[in-house]
Amino acid sequence: MTTAAPTSAPRPARRFAVVVIGASAGGIEALGTVLPMLPKHYTLPVVVVLHLPADEPSLLAEVFSYKVGLATKEADEKERLQPGVIYFAPPSYHLLLEADGTFALSTEEPVHFSRPSIDVLFGSAADAYGERAVGVLLTGASQDGARGLLAIREAGGQTLAQDPAEAMISIMPAAAVELGAARAVLPLKDIGRFLAGLEKEA
Amino acid sequence: MSLYPENFQIEIRLLIEAIYLKYNHDFRNYSPASLRRRVAYALQQFGCQTVSALQEKVLHDPDAFMRLLQILTIPVSEMFRDPTYFLALRQHVVPMLRTYPSLKVWIAGCSTGEEVYSMAILLHEEGLLERTILYATDINPQSLEKAERGIYSADSVRKFTQNYQKAGGKRAFSDYYTAAYNSAIMDKSLRQNVTFADHSLATDSVFSETHFVSCRNVLIYFDRALQDRAFGLFHESLCRRGFLGLGAKETVQFSAYAELFEPVVREDRIFRKK
Repeated sequence: MTTAAPTSAPRPARRFAVVVIGASAGGIEALGTVLPMLPKHYTLPVVVVLHLPADEPSLLAEVFSYKVGLATKEADEKERLQPGVIYFAPPSYHLLLEADGTFALSTEEPVHFSRPSIDVLFGSAADAYGERAVGVLLTGASQDGARGLLAIREAGGQTLAQDPAEAMISIMPAAAVELGAARAVLPLKDIGRFLAGLEKEA
Repeated sequence: MSLYPENFQIEIRLLIEAIYLKYNHDFRNYSPASLRRRVAYALQQFGCQTVSALQEKVLHDPDAFMRLLQILTIPVSEMFRDPTYFLALRQHVVPMLRTYPSLKVWIAGCSTGEEVYSMAILLHEEGLLERTILYATDINPQSLEKAERGIYSADSVRKFTQNYQKAGGKRAFSDYYTAAYNSAIMDKSLRQNVTFADHSLATDSVFSETHFVSCRNVLIYFDRALQDRAFGLFHESLCRRGFLGLGAKETVQFSAYAELFEPVVREDRIFRKK
C-alpha cells in the first residue's frame, strides 16, 4: 500500500460527516495548533481521543475552549453529535460512534494500555461512518491508533497522519505510515488547513 | 469483516436473535458499537471466519455459548472504582440509611464482585453491614461464581488499595483479605449477608423491595428502551425516598423516569426516588 506524497494535501472529493482525531504524548501542543485553525461555524463534529493519565478529571474541554472558536465538551453517552462541536473522550472510558449519530461509552479492557483508546474510536468511526469519516493521527509514543486509522482507510474514509519527522514523538504516526493507514502524511499546519477546507465542500 | 460491513450487521442481528431464542439471554437492546467490537473479538477467539459460523457453534454447543457469554458481558471492574462515588455515599447516603432498622441493597450487574466487596467494606465501616442484606445480581453465572469466591490477583489489589484510600477507607485495605499465591482472598465475613443471584435487567422482574440500588457502568451498554426498562425496575424496587447510584457517565436525567428521581450528589451520579 502506498501513501500520497507528503507535500500536497489531497483534494476532498465527497462530503464528510465526522472528523476523528487521536493523539498521545505531545498531543496537547499538536491539538493546540490544529484545532484553532477550524473556522467558526464549522459544519462537522470533531471527536478527539487524547491519552492522559487515568483517574484525573479531564480538563481538556476547558483548556481548549479558550483556544478555539468552536464549542468544546466531554462526550456523554447517547449524546447526539452536533456540527461544529469538539468532543473529548471522558477519562477511563472508551468512546465509540454509533451509526445513528450518537456516542457510546464502554469500560472494556484498555487497548494498547489505553482507555480511551484511539483504535476503538477510529474502528467505530469506520463501522458507523465508513467513507464519510475523516481520521487524523497525531504525535505519540504509542502503537494505538494505527490499526483504527487503517480501518477508516479500508472503509473508504479519508486518513491523515502527522508527518513523523515533525511530530514531537514520532512513534504513533510512524506506526500508521508503516501500516499504510494514512492516505496523506502532513505537517500540522497542513492538517489544520485540510480540515478547515472540508468546510467548503458542497 | 470490514470488507462486508453490511453482512456483519445482518449476521450480528441473527446471532443475537439465536442466542435469545435458544438461551433466553437478551442482547437485542444493547448498544450496537460495543457489541460489534465484542463479536469481532469473539470471532478471533473462536477462530471463526464469519459470525454465521460462530452462530452455528453456539447454537449447538452450550459450552461454546458460555465462552461467548464471557466475551459479550465485559467482566472488567475494580474495587472502589471512582473513589469519590464511595466518598459521597459515606457522606450523603449512609446517614439516611442509618435511620432504617434493617437494610436491603441491590448491586445490579455486579460482574465479578468488585463492587459488592467495595460496598460491603463501606457498610461494615459504617456499622451497617450486620443489618444489611445485599443482593448481587448478574446475567453471567461464571462472573457470579467468581464474585462468590472473592479471589483477586495481587496486581489488581494494588489498584484497589489506592482507590480504597481515596474513597475514605478507615482502615488498611489489607485488613479485608488474606494474601496467598500471588492473589488476595477476600474475608468471607464480607459476603455473609450477600445473596448472589442470576438476574437480567432485560428479561426479569423485581424480586425485592430495596433501600439502595447501585448499578454502575451497566446501563452504558443498553439502548434507551432497555435503559428505561432498567430504571423502571429500580424505581419499582426502591422504597419511598430510596437511593440510586449510577456510573460516572450515567444519568436518569434523559430517561422516561427523569421526573421520578432527584439528584442527591449530581457529580457522583447519586439520585433519590421522589
